Amino acid sequence: MTHLFIIVLGLAMLYPVLWMITSSLKPNNMIFSDTSLIPKAVTLENYVSGWKGYAGISFSKFFANSLGLCLAAIVANLASCSMAAYAFGRLKFAGKNLWFSIMMITLMLPAHVTLVPRYILFNTFGWVGSYLPIVVPKFLATDAFFVFLLVQFIRSLPTDLDEAAIIDGCGKVGIYFRIVLPLATPAIITTALFTFLWTWDDFFNHLLYLTKPETYTVSRALRTFVGDAGAVSNWGGAMAMSTLSMIPCFVLFFSLQKYFVQGIATTGIKG
Amino acid sequence: MSNRGIVSFFRRNAVAYMFLLPWLIGFFALTLYPMLYSLFLGFTDYDFTKPDSTQVIGFANYMKMFGSVFNAQNITAPTGEVMRVDPYYIKSLSVTFIYVFASVPIKLAFALFVAMLMNQKLRFIPLYRAIYYIPTLLGGSVAVAVLWRKLFEKDGLINAILGSFGFTDLPGWITNPSYALSTLILLSVWQFGSSMIIFLAGLKQIPMEYYEAASIDGANKRKQFFTITMPLLSPIIFFNLVMQMISAFQAFTQAYIIGGGKGGVMNSTLFYTLHLYIQGWTYHEMGYASAMAWVLLLIIGLLTAIVFKSSNSWVSYGSGE
Repeated sequence: MTHLFIIVLGLAMLYPVLWMITSSLKPNNMIFSDTSLIPKAVTLENYVSGWKGYAGISFSKFFANSLGLCLAAIVANLASCSMAAYAFGRLKFAGKNLWFSIMMITLMLPAHVTLVPRYILFNTFGWVGSYLPIVVPKFLATDAFFVFLLVQFIRSLPTDLDEAAIIDGCGKVGIYFRIVLPLATPAIITTALFTFLWTWDDFFNHLLYLTKPETYTVSRALRTFVGDAGAVSNWGGAMAMSTLSMIPCFVLFFSLQKYFVQGIATTGIKG
Repeated sequence: MSNRGIVSFFRRNAVAYMFLLPWLIGFFALTLYPMLYSLFLGFTDYDFTKPDSTQVIGFANYMKMFGSVFNAQNITAPTGEVMRVDPYYIKSLSVTFIYVFASVPIKLAFALFVAMLMNQKLRFIPLYRAIYYIPTLLGGSVAVAVLWRKLFEKDGLINAILGSFGFTDLPGWITNPSYALSTLILLSVWQFGSSMIIFLAGLKQIPMEYYEAASIDGANKRKQFFTITMPLLSPIIFFNLVMQMISAFQAFTQAYIIGGGKGGVMNSTLFYTLHLYIQGWTYHEMGYASAMAWVLLLIIGLLTAIVFKSSNSWVSYGSGE
């Protein structure tokens, strides 16, 4: 009975997404009226028309842009956040408590109070229109959520290996590379996963900084299906490209599910 | 401090600060300095297309925001410049407050309900948990916002389903100012997955013996919920409440896409951050946008402080006695 209830409720919630996926396979004139999940006629015309993209640039470019940006973001976040987390989670230094509380406060800060000056700053550097305003801050550990996640994890690691390493002549830098990073692999995977998802789905920063169509990411390009008055001319294409844009998230989620659950449960990261 | 003291102080701390350096640079260059600078910009008429003509205008930006409360049409800045009061600011504030105060409690209640449903010894629970998390996985994306438009249009999927049950004269939910905001609240509630997972982790910490003892004492399920589950879960509810509230105030993408880059019909979905973006980047009123950002910070700070203060009376950190 409980099973049945959970399944029915779950299906009701997934119905819009499933409908979107199957609708992307329906001929354009049937999308509007057909509520069923099984297409009466299957066609790939929406994928062909959607893939043409925007301003003469196809979705293969947008997908490549998104992927490249996500990889850069992952490298940046892993390097900078794990360094800060190692300092906060393992090392003793003057001012540690002060800096840690400041870091926790920045977690709660709305991004908008830094928005205009950051934009002015990046504009002065001539970075607006490139990926630098999105990637460079990540090299400076501005995603404090991940510092917090990694600190929580590093604190829970046993320290007896450190002592053995010190006796063997390993310094603080050596302990970071040889002991802490390998042991923190689960938290590092979680960080990489959420960085990928948030960068992939991010829209606001892409809207602000990616001003040229050839730099558009998938999420920025999807917006071009929706006109300024909110009207959509090519619904079939919009559905097809939206469906494709979800595939990487699905694949990562189902292959690495336990890291999601761990990450959310230990820090309360928003999804 | 003697020379030797400085050297040893440096030795003890240098490596740690080397590891902390990227974060420190980020904090000073991309958080602290921009915060102070935007506080200053809030008192100017900074326009990023003509930065050289920037003038300090005192509290004029703040008067522009709240002038309509006092029925003012125009305000005069200390520079003598006459400025029009922002006719949509209060609207954006009320839209955002309704959104936050409706979506957060409903989302948390639903997340707790599903978490309790999942907190049973059943097969397939990991699979169910994954399925229930999918809306959260996709929810913030442009793709889902586009889908949401399609669902709640006049000739959209929801009306097609309701129509097949015999309902007629259905409104275009997205294009009707009375319902547009509700569709966005629904979209937010639909993404209950992370709260659910946090609640589920919390529920698993509650020993089964408490419930067994309570049922021996004759407490029914309802009573058990209010005397065992709620008090023991209260720190987690508190945590979820604060985090969800902070992020709800900053909601942007869905309103932007569904409204086609504007505030929707009659500004019914003009979220605060959307209004800020339009002021700053469409009208280049970046001084005004900075002032708006600071008011947002104050609102979030104040509400968080109130929730923290109230937590003394409803959050228990005891061991459950």
